[in-house]
Amino acid sequence: MSAYRDEDPRLHGIKTKIRVVPHFPKSGIMFQDITTLLLDPKAFKDTIDLFVERYKGKNISVVAARGFIFGPPIALAIGAKFVPLRKPKKLPGKVISQEYILEYGRDCLEMHVGAVEAGERAIVVDDLIATGGTLCAAMDLLERVGAEVVECACVIELPELKGRERLNGKPLYVLVEYLEV
Amino acid sequence: MQSGVGVCCSSSSNWLFGLAAAAAPLLPSSLTTISFPISKSSSSSLITLSTPLLISSPLRSIASASGSSQLNEMASDDAQDPRLQRISSAIRVIPDFPKPGIMFQDITTLLLDTKAFKDTIDLFVERYRDQNISVVAGVEARGFIFGPPIALAIGAKFVPMRKPNKLPGEVISEEYSLEYGTDKMEMHVGAVQRGDRALVIDDLIATGGTLCAAIKLLERVQAQVVECACVIELPELKGRDKLTGKPLFVLVKGA
Repeated sequence: MSAYRDEDPRLHGIKTKIRVVPHFPKSGIMFQDITTLLLDPKAFKDTIDLFVERYKGKNISVVAARGFIFGPPIALAIGAKFVPLRKPKKLPGKVISQEYILEYGRDCLEMHVGAVEAGERAIVVDDLIATGGTLCAAMDLLERVGAEVVECACVIELPELKGRERLNGKPLYVLVEYLEV
Repeated sequence: MQSGVGVCCSSSSNWLFGLAAAAAPLLPSSLTTISFPISKSSSSSLITLSTPLLISSPLRSIASASGSSQLNEMASDDAQDPRLQRISSAIRVIPDFPKPGIMFQDITTLLLDTKAFKDTIDLFVERYRDQNISVVAGVEARGFIFGPPIALAIGAKFVPMRKPNKLPGEVISEEYSLEYGTDKMEMHVGAVQRGDRALVIDDLIATGGTLCAAIKLLERVQAQVVECACVIELPELKGRDKLTGKPLFVLVKGA
């Protein structure tokens, strides 16, 4: 499901504010830079509003995210907890870990023990879904503690990388797609 | 009590802010409770006392251009903001992390308390929303948790200040010292313009090294750093003194 199909008038402004930086971090990658979106207070607000409108009143009690820019404003607006998911050794105290595969090698995502309880309804937020690896790891962490992942929410999707299919049937909501022409 | 110079009262909050058509800069704030009275002849308004641990910091500053003098009698100024108790209690201290001897101030438990997290943001927003702030610069990574909600609420740009090689495109860098060795902070070229009025946000100030690097980056592009704002200060580390004279506002102090 994507907002762009509904053609919300705010989407054009959001999409035009995302800067594409070629060959970052390495050759061949067209990097989707959302920092330029953050420089436009209206477009940034519209981005948050689109997610908030979708999730408010749906009994979501957890917003989990590996990036910290979009998750907290959404959490605040819908009255949910914000749960940061982090690379190893960043979270103090007791954590659970989930390994996941990268293009070359592996990475690991951690979540605090006790942050999320069984039965909580959660969304996972990220700025972008590429292969879906990190979102998958995030969902695994939440499901391991008995939470229900209601949806994954991203600003940008790179559909050619088919991350959507990797989400084990979990729904994915995005605002914009980036297709290489 | 009367002030000899005009003070504007923000009708939607308890705090008094100096307002001018060309926004008056915030006066240096120690984040402590304000005591009375304000001297008639004083052009600077803050009289401060130290309070242990929990600080509320209503900023009373004097407007220069606006002229109107409307002083809000706030008996509550003497007390700390009632929201601070819950915020302080929500912060978890983890001993010996990331290494022995360090008492780590963990704000993730604050983020699990929806009221306390909202109150945290509100306290900053109330302070800055009438100050014509055009940039909120947040220091990676936990500054990204508090910066964007503040920026959104006050209508400012959010500018991430990042570790090396994370920001794509053209950046400027500032090196800063660690306990052992150095690190670098980067900001995008073009994100901040000359004349932008900026806040620097992080979850915590310890030695002040990272905040100082952020201030320097902003000043290199001729922005005006109005204030640094953190949830927590570790006063024994004297970071406040490293901010090249910039004021610091915090909500709570940790041991």
